[in-house]
Amino acid sequence: MADPAENRTVADSSGPLAQRGGGVHTPRENDLGVYGWVSRVPASYVVFVFVLLLLPAVSSSFVLSQIFSWGLILGMIALSLMFLGGYGGMVSLSQMSVAGMAGYMLAILGSSAITDISIGWPWWLAVPVAIIIATVFCTLTGLLAVRTEGIYTIMITLAIAAAFFYFTRQNYVLFNGFSGFNGLAPPQLFGINWNNAIPFYYLTLFWAASAYCAVLYVSRAPFGLALQGVRDNSRRMAALGFNVTAHRVAAFTFAGVIAAVGGILLVWLNGQISPGTIAINPAIDILIIAIVGGLRRPIGPFVGALIYVILRTFSLDILTSMGLAGERFQLLIGLGFLVIVYWSPDGVLGLWDRWRDRVKSRDPWQRSTGRSIDGDDPS
Amino acid sequence: MSTTALSVADRLQAAGTANALELRGVSKLFGALAAISDVTLTVKPGERRAVLGSNGAGKTTLFNCITGDFLPTTGTIRLFGEDVTEFPAYERIRRGLRRTYQISLLFNELSVLDNIYLACRGVSRGRFSLLRPRANDALMNTAVDLATAVHLLDFKDTLVANLSYGQQRQLEIALALAGAPRFVLFDEPAAGLSPSERSELIEILNNLPEHIGYIIIEHDMDVALRVSQSVTMMHNGLIFKEGSPLEIESDPEVQELYLGGGHE
Repeated sequence: MADPAENRTVADSSGPLAQRGGGVHTPRENDLGVYGWVSRVPASYVVFVFVLLLLPAVSSSFVLSQIFSWGLILGMIALSLMFLGGYGGMVSLSQMSVAGMAGYMLAILGSSAITDISIGWPWWLAVPVAIIIATVFCTLTGLLAVRTEGIYTIMITLAIAAAFFYFTRQNYVLFNGFSGFNGLAPPQLFGINWNNAIPFYYLTLFWAASAYCAVLYVSRAPFGLALQGVRDNSRRMAALGFNVTAHRVAAFTFAGVIAAVGGILLVWLNGQISPGTIAINPAIDILIIAIVGGLRRPIGPFVGALIYVILRTFSLDILTSMGLAGERFQLLIGLGFLVIVYWSPDGVLGLWDRWRDRVKSRDPWQRSTGRSIDGDDPS
Repeated sequence: MSTTALSVADRLQAAGTANALELRGVSKLFGALAAISDVTLTVKPGERRAVLGSNGAGKTTLFNCITGDFLPTTGTIRLFGEDVTEFPAYERIRRGLRRTYQISLLFNELSVLDNIYLACRGVSRGRFSLLRPRANDALMNTAVDLATAVHLLDFKDTLVANLSYGQQRQLEIALALAGAPRFVLFDEPAAGLSPSERSELIEILNNLPEHIGYIIIEHDMDVALRVSQSVTMMHNGLIFKEGSPLEIESDPEVQELYLGGGHE
């Protein structure tokens, strides 16, 4: 029984010819595939997309930029960490530095209020170059970090984040030291002032959605699958013909692009960048966002970022109304982090999964999702 | 070695280019402990060899040296004539070497098909591809064929963590047969299998295309002798005896080692 299949297997995969044959484009099947894909999108997703698109109609410009735009941007930067941590098993604390590098490069290459330093390139040149430099920075970080595993990867990336922070604070020639750069704004384009809350929200929504879809798509592409293989079992990956080190470094490059785009949007939103943007605290906040949301799926960081931003924005009011000092908002965030990590090691997403599975198991008409439940189900 | 009186075949043999695998004086020290010492071994293309020996005889260390999981302390390793001693594991795999592991090393969070697909992808181009495989992707079809070959087609979408032990062993074999294997190292593929699973394994091994040679580590003499043409007996990191299955089976020293204590 095994014989014919075996022989075919060996013949099929015997070289590039077989592969080229597989790559032949068959439009009909592909179109059917797209149609099938669209028809399989659950209704709840469609509703969710509409809510995101219609948000500007119902929210104030403060909520739009300080909650949703900010949340989406932090979500993107945390998404780059989720890609490394969730799919690659590498926790990097330097993703905020990568975003900061992109922001600083934009300020230096483009125009800002610090005209002595800023070169004044047009945005269409400054933005791509800033993203490329930040991506190279992330790749170099990866080159250093992938030689180690686990806690040592965290330590090396933390060291890089700290070094970059102190460097920007002390270097006045290029990074303008303690005060950094201000007067940064997105360009006027197509007659739209992208600095306004509503256009800027759509701009961040577009890039956050693109980053989300890219990560989701790549997770099932050979590169993403291989990265998950490296996470599960790097030794076996080498024994299957994969260059594990190269794969890990490439993951840093991919994550670097996402963090860099997030960094550009972040300086446009704040209108400024200074060492405080990329200090150790913000770097750790990105880790907290990713873990609170959940590292297992790319939506997690966005959920975490939204929770973080809401806590960060409103905890001050809550604390002062309770008669406590307003600057203790980190206490609330810390407590929230503790509670979530204690109850659900895989973040809010884990809580949501368990809740949904329990609802489904009550309904005899719904089949089980087939997903493995690795958390402990209290029911 | 004199070159005058030798035929071409003999010269190729002497140069080491005629063999699928050739180890010369390979040793591996862990500190002061020699896990294997001065192992010299040649396996011809298509040859099927069993490696026997008690626990700690150095069989798995031998495999780890051949695949490049660790570098040998001394000696050279040639794969199809090429000196691969200094090569990283993935370079050896891309040259047609495959292995299975004694304790299954699989990707638990991925499905059976994704596991096999990764194995196929690892030895072909496009390892870094950011594009998802199409519906009629050749490698994906190959992965389905391999899943069929090891009787795992019905479980192709199951996460590996949810497979039974025997199924994980079968998947181990599928991963080792992906691509175009030329030489496979099987590390105790029958360990822990039921009698019916064992006969299935024997069937799979005996039905491999003839050009695929392999070395199989196996404690079960019954399995080992039915799937191999030659046998190497290891003891305390040394090659103790080589011969045909029949010779080894009837060798009094081997019987002494296997049946009567086995410790010196």
